[in-house]
Amino acid sequence: MNKRDIIICRCEDVTLQDIHNLMDKGYTSFEELKRLLRIGMGPCQGNTCGQLVQREISKYLKVKLEAVKIQKVRPLTTGVKLNSINEGARDES
Amino acid sequence: MKANYVIIGAGISGCSIAYNLAKKGVKDIVVLDKSYLTSGSTGRCGAGIRQQWGTKMNCLLAKGSIEFFEKAKDTLEYEGDIEFKQEGYLIISTTFEEDEQFEKNVELQQSLGIPARKISKEEAKEIVPHLNTQIIKGATFCPTDGHLNPFRMTDAYYRAAKRLGVKFYFNEEVKDIMVHENKIEKVISSNLEIYTNHVVNAAGGYAKEIGDMAGVDIPVYAENHQILVTEPIEKIQSPMVMSFSKNIYCQQVPHGSFIMGRSDPSVAHNHCIESSWQFLDEMAKTVCEVLPLVGKLRVVRQWGGSYTMSPDRQPIIGDTEALEGFYLACGFSGHGFMFAPMTGLLLSEIMLKEPSTIDISDLHISRFKNKQVFTYEKSVV
Ligand SMILES: Cc1cc2nc3c(=O)[nH]c(=O)nc-3n(C[C@H](O)[C@H](O)[C@H](O)COP(=O)(O)OP(=O)(O)OC[C@H]3O[C@@H](n4cnc5c(N)ncnc54)[C@H](O)[C@@H]3O)c2cc1C
Repeated sequence: MNKRDIIICRCEDVTLQDIHNLMDKGYTSFEELKRLLRIGMGPCQGNTCGQLVQREISKYLKVKLEAVKIQKVRPLTTGVKLNSINEGARDES
Repeated sequence: MKANYVIIGAGISGCSIAYNLAKKGVKDIVVLDKSYLTSGSTGRCGAGIRQQWGTKMNCLLAKGSIEFFEKAKDTLEYEGDIEFKQEGYLIISTTFEEDEQFEKNVELQQSLGIPARKISKEEAKEIVPHLNTQIIKGATFCPTDGHLNPFRMTDAYYRAAKRLGVKFYFNEEVKDIMVHENKIEKVISSNLEIYTNHVVNAAGGYAKEIGDMAGVDIPVYAENHQILVTEPIEKIQSPMVMSFSKNIYCQQVPHGSFIMGRSDPSVAHNHCIESSWQFLDEMAKTVCEVLPLVGKLRVVRQWGGSYTMSPDRQPIIGDTEALEGFYLACGFSGHGFMFAPMTGLLLSEIMLKEPSTIDISDLHISRFKNKQVFTYEKSVV
């Protein structure tokens, strides 16, 4: 299958080809790829693409899977509306 | 190994300095970073670009930098999109005193050729329809301020510098700087020993520690500032909306998501870059009051990063009296991303003893000598 047709990040619509293009330019860490392609920055926060990208980097660099760091996990675990947070915060105080 | 110049830090400042030196024909430049490109404050910032400042120096640095950003894609021959959006900053005042201060700010800005102006509540509402005008007195607006993608902009400098022969080493932490008879001898990092007589300290939040390695006391400290991003939606807001008294900045970026941040006045001085639920609570309260419609959006992610504060909230750019060949570009106090083109240009001029594009003697570290009280930049969140 053509790498252009393989979607790695559904949130931000990033293909395998996009990732390989950047790896060819020397960007071979998740954090760098994330910042240039937005992988892992969408609503799923890398839950879908994290391991796929990890595998691609490991194959590309010919290193063990465990040696490839995945994205930093940041809060929130799921999207919450600012209004809900606002109401919650006001109820507490 | 040997190098003519060693630059510590591959944030926007280090990359801009490297590019400017290389463009002037300097060979043998090495940039060291303890992590990856944009891993410091640059990759954590609010991506805002503005010229509406309260001090002349900050206004000039911002203005000159915007002129560069406008042509940056071509100048740096960058193939990607740097996502520079000039749709303004709308700065709202909520008290009479603030409104008066803005009057003075705008006067200063206009005298320097910055197209900012004072506007009424009604005009502000036209520019941002979902703004809660009940809480505002007035506003200022500068249409050429805006947004720029920090990763892409830094990458553009990085790639241009590399093409000009600059060598970058990542995951390479500077551990010590060896000095002999007031001259730099070498820089020691995780895996390298580099013989050099010139070092640039562009280490962001760690500028003080780098100064200590060289025996130069730099009066700056790092403090955590938090920020969050929402899910993307269709475009509803053009400018950055900012308020110093309400403690908020909030902008919809070209991608569609909203980025917003605020400061915690009681924050500790250290290298913490964690996120907290307290920030989330306060941020939600503030944005729901100032821009109620934005309350409907879901928060996707929050993070933190360092502001490197100087005593007068203005950067320290220049050489040092204490140590020959030691140069500083630090203490940006939360607004160093937007100044980077001027930082690189002006510091390279000083390093190569060329005439300065603008006089920045006021940004020299010597201004802090024997001084306790400062007039400082008040227009910061
Ligand atoms: C939440 C937040 C929002 C902000 N919003 C804005 C904004 O809207 N507009 C704006 O203009 N500015 C903003 N800023 C400020 C801006 O991010 C900084 O002023 C700017 O990025 C500084 O860039 P720098 O290159 O000087 O430092 P950094 O980007 O911090 O780069 C310093 C580099 O030095 C490296 N380093 C440190 N110590 C060592 C060592 N010992 N050895 C090797 N390398 C080392 C680090 O790894 C880092 O990559 C914001 C900052 C934060 C935290």
